[in-house]
Amino acid sequence: MEGGSASGSASTLSNDENLVVSCEDSSSPGENELELGLTLSIGRKGYRDCRVSHGDDSSSSSSSSLSRANVIAGVKRTADSMAATSGQVVGWPPIRTYRMNSMVNQAKTLAMEDPNTEISNKKNVTDATKMRSSMFVKVTMDGTPIGRKIDLNAHKCYESLSNTLEDMFLKPKPGSSTRETDGHMETRLKILPDGSSGLVLTYQDKEGDWMLVGDVPWGMFIDSVRRLRIMKTSEATGSAQMIL
Amino acid sequence: MGASSTLLMVSHGHCLLCFSCLVTLIAHFESHLKPFLFFLSISLSLSFRRLSVSVLMGLRLPSKVLEHIISFIDANEDRNSVSLVCKSWFETERRTRRKVFVGNCYAVTPAAVARRFPKMRSLTLKGKPHFADYNLVPDGWGGYAWPWIEAMAAKTPSLEEVRLKRMVVTDECLEKIAASFKDFKVLVLTSCEGFSTDGLAAIAATCRNLRELELRECIVEDLGGDWLSYFPETLTSLVSLDFSCLDSEVKLSDLERLVSRSPNLKSLKLNRAVALDGLESLLRRAPQLVELGTGSFSDDLDQEALSKLAKAFAALKQLKCLSGLWDVLPEYIPLLYSVCPRLTSLNLSYATVQMPDLVDLLSRCSKLQKLWVMDLIEDKGLKAVASCCKELRELRVFPSGADLDETDVALTEQGLVSVSEGCPKLESVLYFCVQFTNTALVTIARNRPNFRCFRLCVMEPFAPDYRTQKPLDEGFKAIVERCKDLQRLSVSGLLTDKAFEYIGKHAKKLGMLSVAFAGDSDLMLHHLLSGCESLKKLEIRDCPFGDAALLENAAKLETMRSLWMSSCFVSFDACKILSQKMPRLNVEVIDEHPPETRPESSPVERIYIYRTVAGPRLDMPEFVWTIHKTPEIGVSNLAIKHCCGRFTFHTLYLISILFPLRC
Repeated sequence: MEGGSASGSASTLSNDENLVVSCEDSSSPGENELELGLTLSIGRKGYRDCRVSHGDDSSSSSSSSLSRANVIAGVKRTADSMAATSGQVVGWPPIRTYRMNSMVNQAKTLAMEDPNTEISNKKNVTDATKMRSSMFVKVTMDGTPIGRKIDLNAHKCYESLSNTLEDMFLKPKPGSSTRETDGHMETRLKILPDGSSGLVLTYQDKEGDWMLVGDVPWGMFIDSVRRLRIMKTSEATGSAQMIL
Repeated sequence: MGASSTLLMVSHGHCLLCFSCLVTLIAHFESHLKPFLFFLSISLSLSFRRLSVSVLMGLRLPSKVLEHIISFIDANEDRNSVSLVCKSWFETERRTRRKVFVGNCYAVTPAAVARRFPKMRSLTLKGKPHFADYNLVPDGWGGYAWPWIEAMAAKTPSLEEVRLKRMVVTDECLEKIAASFKDFKVLVLTSCEGFSTDGLAAIAATCRNLRELELRECIVEDLGGDWLSYFPETLTSLVSLDFSCLDSEVKLSDLERLVSRSPNLKSLKLNRAVALDGLESLLRRAPQLVELGTGSFSDDLDQEALSKLAKAFAALKQLKCLSGLWDVLPEYIPLLYSVCPRLTSLNLSYATVQMPDLVDLLSRCSKLQKLWVMDLIEDKGLKAVASCCKELRELRVFPSGADLDETDVALTEQGLVSVSEGCPKLESVLYFCVQFTNTALVTIARNRPNFRCFRLCVMEPFAPDYRTQKPLDEGFKAIVERCKDLQRLSVSGLLTDKAFEYIGKHAKKLGMLSVAFAGDSDLMLHHLLSGCESLKKLEIRDCPFGDAALLENAAKLETMRSLWMSSCFVSFDACKILSQKMPRLNVEVIDEHPPETRPESSPVERIYIYRTVAGPRLDMPEFVWTIHKTPEIGVSNLAIKHCCGRFTFHTLYLISILFPLRC
């Protein structure tokens, strides 16, 4: 409503030196809980779960100036100590609650006890049994630096999974769904580790073990899979022997 | 005669308007008035603000004429200028303003607004600060719609449109709206909360001329889908319906009937619970749709159902905007091909479409202007967008999973570089990415100097340029140097004070800036507050500046709408000084602990500072502390009514303005 009144006289900056001196003073705030947003919320009414804790913080007591290294350490420590993949630092990355809820639904298999589900469950989480939701897992292939993501709920059997993975990793260009099988590749190469392609598909299950894909019924596979990896057969044989 | 041509020129700026309007009108007036009016029109065509009051004092422009002229002025910015010219223009303008916009609901009291604009037809309000979207503002902070609805119901019952953003809206509010405004037409709630589907039922049942009911990403207590059935059979005026954020299933037959009897329905956004067969029947009934948000797109359909759905989509000849598409199966993507060539806006940010299906879809959207998508599009997909979607103006890329430590994703800075190269009209970007480089930013700035809005979120805090390990200062320098029209900027990654020096020096048109995990010292804030002339909203989290810069630049804060700082090093002492120095600022300390229990120099958790003519607010929760302007009263989180005694609030406030206390 105020028309564009000018910002008045320029702020009287005494001289740069003063400012710098006072900067040095104020950037060493002294010992107290200054973990930049990582302190524990005591769950006061109306103030609940706005913060995220990561236990006692040695960074606050040791050096009085909160250097960037400490904060990085703090953020990363939070990342390690929390199993959840989202919301290690409150409000970061800056994604709206509404969208975060959708992502929580999608990343269901990756998220464990997420302390921030309290925040995200302000909205009722959709009933997964009523509607099909997505289940994204990471897929990496040995020798390829870039990993991909695949929605396992879009597939109902190993064959379609294998086809999609081939499209993703073995074709040089993204093609349409109809394509001819390449001469030296077989359609089921990854599921049946018969050694003809030199590649085999493995997955990491809930317990952290790497297993060969295709051994268990699809439903059981979906329940326990966490991530996928396309290995070279030589490696797989070695690790398979370790597992089995 | 000249009236219609005058009207046409109205839209091209108030200067032209005045000149041509008045010149036209001059012809109708008594000849002795002509010289006065001619002089007036020339001075007006130069600038409203430079018009000297003395010229107008001697002039009696009939108020009817003035009212007629001013009623052509639409833009509130222009109207604000008009209202400053002189008292009679102020009066005339306020009596003719129909659309009122209040950017901060605590900057002015509802009663004052209702009094000033008696003919208000449309009210737009914003409540909580932007960072409330990311859970940084505790529940219960404020932003209540009730006082506004109550005031308007009493004073301006001809209100027809209410648009609220980030406010707390209760069922009582909705019931009050339904009961008080006889000709209520438009309700748009964005990121609001506090109401249930019962409130919606009240609106549906009572507002006989309802045109728009839109709930955009609201948090609603969902008590079931019955609310939709409350729309009476006589309601045929619906133009837009958006209930995409609700969970419960609505009765399909009621929805079908509603759609059938709404010939003007242009925008329909369904919630996830509406399945594909429901979608087909709705589309059949509304082929005139311009905007469509589908429900869940993943049922098993047989061949016949599929072809029916394809036909229904093909019949949507006017469809321009498409969204929803939850859980879409890849084999259903081709159903959308028939609408792609006409689409100008496509929101795939909830759609689990991956490569290469994404490319198949987007390569058909040559008219696309707005694209929201997840990082599943990868660099490859963005390259395809760059070559197919030449009309693209806005791009948003959201993360599909919130993993912070993923460094092997297929979406990198290269994707944004490609789009900046290939899309000449690109002006607004929101891009989430794990890491970035200075070179990429420089290239992007060089390719696209026409950015108006550039929001880059490097998801790893303090992430440097991953190739050179240097801060991203040089990259953002390029952005602000080249993009002269930049109005909104979000920075991220490793940034030193230098970056903010560049921003302060070059970003002269910047209105809104978001900063997180950046800077080294007070200089950072000082550069921003002393350099960015147009800055209106500044929000900062987790940055290491303190009191000095804030106090040095206190005067600047009154030229801005608001400043948010959380997890920085500002002490409560500084907040006190600032508040007592600047009577027209509300300095709110949002802190779990009473500020007095903290040592004076220790930092407070969050501070929200905003200019206001309404004084400290009276609805604060226990964790919001405001400092009274009179030091003896000190700090409290309750209203002044505690300590007023005989004085009313207004008197006390006036006194504090007229006799400012020296600290």
